[in-house]
Amino acid sequence: MSAWNKKDLLGLEYLSKEEIELVLDTAASFKEVSTRSIKKVPALRGATVVNLFYEPSTRTRVSFEVAAKRLSADVINIAAQESSVRKGETLIDTGRNIQALKADIIVIRHSSSGAPNILARSVDISVINAGDGWHEHPTQALLDMFTLKEKLGRLQGLNISIVGDIAHSRVARSNIWGLTKLGAKVIVCAPKMLIPVGIEEMGAKITCDIDAALKNADAVNVLRMQFERDEKKAFPAQLEYFKSYGITKDRLKKAKKDIVVMHPGPINRGVEMSSEVADSPNSVILEQVTNGIAVRMAVLFLVSQARGAQPLLQE
Amino acid sequence: MRILIKNGLVIDPANNINSTMDILVEAKRIVRVAKNIPNRDVEEVIDAANKIVMPGLVDMHVHLREPGREDKETIASGTRAALKGGVTSVLAMPNTQPAMDQAERVKALKEIIKKTAQANVFICGAITKDRKGEELTRIVALKKAGIVAISDDGASVDNASLMLVALKQAKRNKLLVIAHCEDKDLSAGGVMNLGAISTRMGLRGISKESEYKRVERDIHLAEKAHASIHIAHVSCKESIELIARAKKHKARVTAETCPHYFTFTEEALRDYNTNMKINPPLRSKEDLAAIKQGLKNGVIDIIASDHAPHTENEKDVEFERAEFGSIGLETLFSASATALVHSGLIGWPELVQKLTINPAKILGIDKGTLSVGKDADIAIIDPDKEWVLHEEEIVSGSHNSAFLGFKFKGWVEYTLCQGEVAYFSRQK
Repeated sequence: MSAWNKKDLLGLEYLSKEEIELVLDTAASFKEVSTRSIKKVPALRGATVVNLFYEPSTRTRVSFEVAAKRLSADVINIAAQESSVRKGETLIDTGRNIQALKADIIVIRHSSSGAPNILARSVDISVINAGDGWHEHPTQALLDMFTLKEKLGRLQGLNISIVGDIAHSRVARSNIWGLTKLGAKVIVCAPKMLIPVGIEEMGAKITCDIDAALKNADAVNVLRMQFERDEKKAFPAQLEYFKSYGITKDRLKKAKKDIVVMHPGPINRGVEMSSEVADSPNSVILEQVTNGIAVRMAVLFLVSQARGAQPLLQE
Repeated sequence: MRILIKNGLVIDPANNINSTMDILVEAKRIVRVAKNIPNRDVEEVIDAANKIVMPGLVDMHVHLREPGREDKETIASGTRAALKGGVTSVLAMPNTQPAMDQAERVKALKEIIKKTAQANVFICGAITKDRKGEELTRIVALKKAGIVAISDDGASVDNASLMLVALKQAKRNKLLVIAHCEDKDLSAGGVMNLGAISTRMGLRGISKESEYKRVERDIHLAEKAHASIHIAHVSCKESIELIARAKKHKARVTAETCPHYFTFTEEALRDYNTNMKINPPLRSKEDLAAIKQGLKNGVIDIIASDHAPHTENEKDVEFERAEFGSIGLETLFSASATALVHSGLIGWPELVQKLTINPAKILGIDKGTLSVGKDADIAIIDPDKEWVLHEEEIVSGSHNSAFLGFKFKGWVEYTLCQGEVAYFSRQK
């Protein structure tokens, strides 16, 4: 097995194919832990993981917390709304203070793209990106890839379509990097205004036609439409969007019979997809949540290993 | 004090000189430029063999931050940085706090300059009050107080009819208008060049339209007013094409670019390096090539630093929150020499022209030459010396340089300002 030597996980852009495969393989071995009656291994016993969340998030934060606890780490949650950040402390100062508390890993969620990069070069402890602006959400993409591999046996040569607000989606960007590095073919599909300039240079093909995106797809990853962030009222209306891009049973009739339907959550039922599809056998949405824990355990474990902080591993 | 500069390659484009000569300086002025001047009664002889002797640089785009933001830079620290870069004259932009929008403020600034400046500082007044683009300043009074140009730099005057009136008034008062061309409706919220890189970095882009549409408008307005207009910090190909076309039609338009635009592209932002966050933003490879071409064929008249000091607190933050701008006085010459002359694009005389006599002429100031009788503002250059910019060597009040760690070829060894050795590099 190849070695992992990165102290941080900032994005899938920065990982090689081998490193991504290593995370997925490590996650596979951790997945079993969550099926035990005592769901815990001592891999990170004595380590402290700080969830530093500048943006409200429940599912990602809880997933990281569960993952860290199943590795026996101590977890501290900092919600920036109630911390000294509000009193004007800078990101770098906050990071250095957390380091001074002798924490081992910072899991950061931030609305500003690149914040994890800036934090990572300011501290010696590990930084894991739990989503930054429109930039990357690497653990989400890794769990998507893990789920796909579990369902379809491989990623090489698969046709994956990503549908929704590509322009403002870190999930889309991380998925494009990861999937293309592992040999899948990625199509992004959205109304033209939600396709960002030059996305094709990341290796994705573009279409505005939902039926074309679904036609040969082995899987479709449906993004959340973030209407609440539409400052300029530039998005199509919800109902309009559902008519043109919503994933419905009728639309899926024209797709492969066993097409895998994914969603990073939380779903807007009746906007991105119909309830019928969300609850259908094609949907792996809840399996994604379960797999998220294994993938995050793997990431927490690997970045700790890179810093040589694994005295209890042999226990 | 008599100083003799011996055996240097004297490059003085205004007088068509490009040969080995001596220069004698006395009582602030250049008194003789000739071959083999005897060193009788001379207090100091500077051996300039294998060196270039040129007029001190004229940098017409400098933010000295005083008054108001002395934590970033002062007249004293900024002019010290200028001298280290061979720059003997700067144009101080008006976006101070308060802005240079009243004669009284200009007079007060002149007092500070008189007391603390280490080099020649010229003042640019504001076009509108508080640079808000709403109400024109009193240009006549500002001119009387001593400004040499007007600009709302950092902002564009959005109201076209107001800009037209300003251009007409500037014309009547023989003042240059310096235009910061940016349509904020188009660039709104952007933090880097719009394109594939901003997409992959997840950052809001600044389109090229936001610049060149405003270049187009301002040239048009200047033509209508028969006024002179100088387009500041040109960063993209389309702007250059518009300026080239206007020059063909004999419009009184001049243009400037800055070393970062012909040295770096948007690729340099890759690791969210906030020192590379500049407005207008670093653009694409294609734009960089167009800027070099524009410098070669003369569409771009001058190179300025757009020296923009910011504190560490304002730069060591999330990329979106970081201030725009890079310091540049200390690297203006070296960066230009490295990218333009050592690459074979233009010769030394062409470069010297763009850094000295051209900006002096555009501003209408009596600088930028080595003519006998003129102020002895002189830079002595080691053209082939290689060096790297390290943060601890920066003398500006702020350290936010896009060029940190960059390797240059071409080094300022001496700077004379008004006949005195104002800077001498001890590093040999």
